[in-house]
Amino acid sequence: MTTDHIVKSFDDELNKLSDLVSRMGGLAEEQIERAIDALQKRDGVAATETIENDRKIDALQLEIEELAIQMIVRRQPLAADLRHTVAALKIAPLIERIGDYAKNIGRRTLALNQSPPVKPLFTIPRMGRMARNMVQDVLDAFSNNDVEKARAVWERDAELDDMYDSLFRELLTYMMEDPRSITACTHLLFVARNIERIGDIATNIAEVVHYQVEGQTLSEDRPKADEASVTVVEPQ
Amino acid sequence: MTDPAMSEEQNVTPALDPQGTTASAPAKRATKVDARDVDVFYGDKQALDKVTIEIPENQVTAFIGPSGCGKSTFLRCINRMNDTIDICRVEGTIAIDGRDIYDRDIDVVQLRAQVGMVFQKPNPFPKSIYDNIAYGPRIHGMVAGKSDTDDLVESSLKRAGLWDEVKDRLEQPGTGLSGGQQQRLCIARAIAVSPEVILMDEPCSALDPIATARIEELIDELRQNFTIVIVTHSMQQAARVSQKTAFFHLGILVEQGATEQIFTNPEDKRTQDYITGRFG
Repeated sequence: MTTDHIVKSFDDELNKLSDLVSRMGGLAEEQIERAIDALQKRDGVAATETIENDRKIDALQLEIEELAIQMIVRRQPLAADLRHTVAALKIAPLIERIGDYAKNIGRRTLALNQSPPVKPLFTIPRMGRMARNMVQDVLDAFSNNDVEKARAVWERDAELDDMYDSLFRELLTYMMEDPRSITACTHLLFVARNIERIGDIATNIAEVVHYQVEGQTLSEDRPKADEASVTVVEPQ
Repeated sequence: MTDPAMSEEQNVTPALDPQGTTASAPAKRATKVDARDVDVFYGDKQALDKVTIEIPENQVTAFIGPSGCGKSTFLRCINRMNDTIDICRVEGTIAIDGRDIYDRDIDVVQLRAQVGMVFQKPNPFPKSIYDNIAYGPRIHGMVAGKSDTDDLVESSLKRAGLWDEVKDRLEQPGTGLSGGQQQRLCIARAIAVSPEVILMDEPCSALDPIATARIEELIDELRQNFTIVIVTHSMQQAARVSQKTAFFHLGILVEQGATEQIFTNPEDKRTQDYITGRFG
């Protein structure tokens, strides 16, 4: 950050905390990618791998929380050190939820593979890539104390919300056109919802980064475009 | 910045003043001690440079900073203890309730009753517990007779949280008490002469954690009736007991503000470096 602590082990611990968060985030990004890829390619093996890998993310959350708590005991951190420790404590469970959503996409892929493929949906992989990039960028912002980068992620979520809204309509329409696709489309709806939620979590992480750097919470309302909650599509 | 009519104002936004210090005021309260551009010299050596600070009434203000930064020197200006040091020269103004305490017609003895002091190493008089408390009020002519004095001794010891422990041995020497009890005795002694301000210079440094906790609890109670200024080396203590914190470094008041803000999000890098242990 700036000057080193007089007690070197304090610096070591702060660095370790950052590294653990980065590692956990990296794993979550991989999981998102793997899950979306498995979905697109109808790859049951990759989907299963995604499901099993989630425990690694859970283990890192535990490690981060234990380290942060010990740092509070040992160091009674103040100012930026305190905010960094608190940020790590808040971000770890957020990344864990991202991991859970990726795992859930893996489960849905296994279910979808039991039905014939639905019309190809380009939106889902696009959404998946976008969410993955948001997670990557916001965790970069955390590592580098980059509040501008965090804010950019915070604002990008509106675009992801838009994509979800239009996909929602599209899937409703398919289901009405062809009731045999209802099972598959419902799973896909959940997949899309999971990706949209990953985006939301990335904005939560952005808010924590803002607090870490600025020392104040982001008080504005995030630009949110969640119209799907109130969307109605009438049958023809 | 010190308009008394603004006493119910919201938080003032931080302003950078020409000295280069940053200040963010907590919700406005009456100011008890108002220091402006205080310079202190020991001979040719300048120990404090243009210190300007308002000490709010009935609150605890903490002075923190590395050894030799001038915080204790500044504390001693508030009750003119520095007068006892020949080569020490104080310039600028320090006003209590609007009255400059360095004015020619100020009675310094009276000032030191009005502004009490508690030191790092407890220093009870070599007298009985009773006489430790009674001495000040007697010489100030504050008590009429024995009954008056008894009442004052009892109430002072009660306010300092020491009465129950010593009520059956008031005639015993004050120096026979434990460290924590001695310090509470010194606080009772200071309270007995009805001060308005109590200055504390690292009052808990010589005490164990339990005695420290009892003093901190006492400080919390006392601030309802007194204005307290405490110099401390413990960041956590300053964070626990004070509402306003001022950071001194090399004779300069670097930053002052609401305690929560100083310890979670200080504005000056020097403050941050000190409180996070990045320099001694």
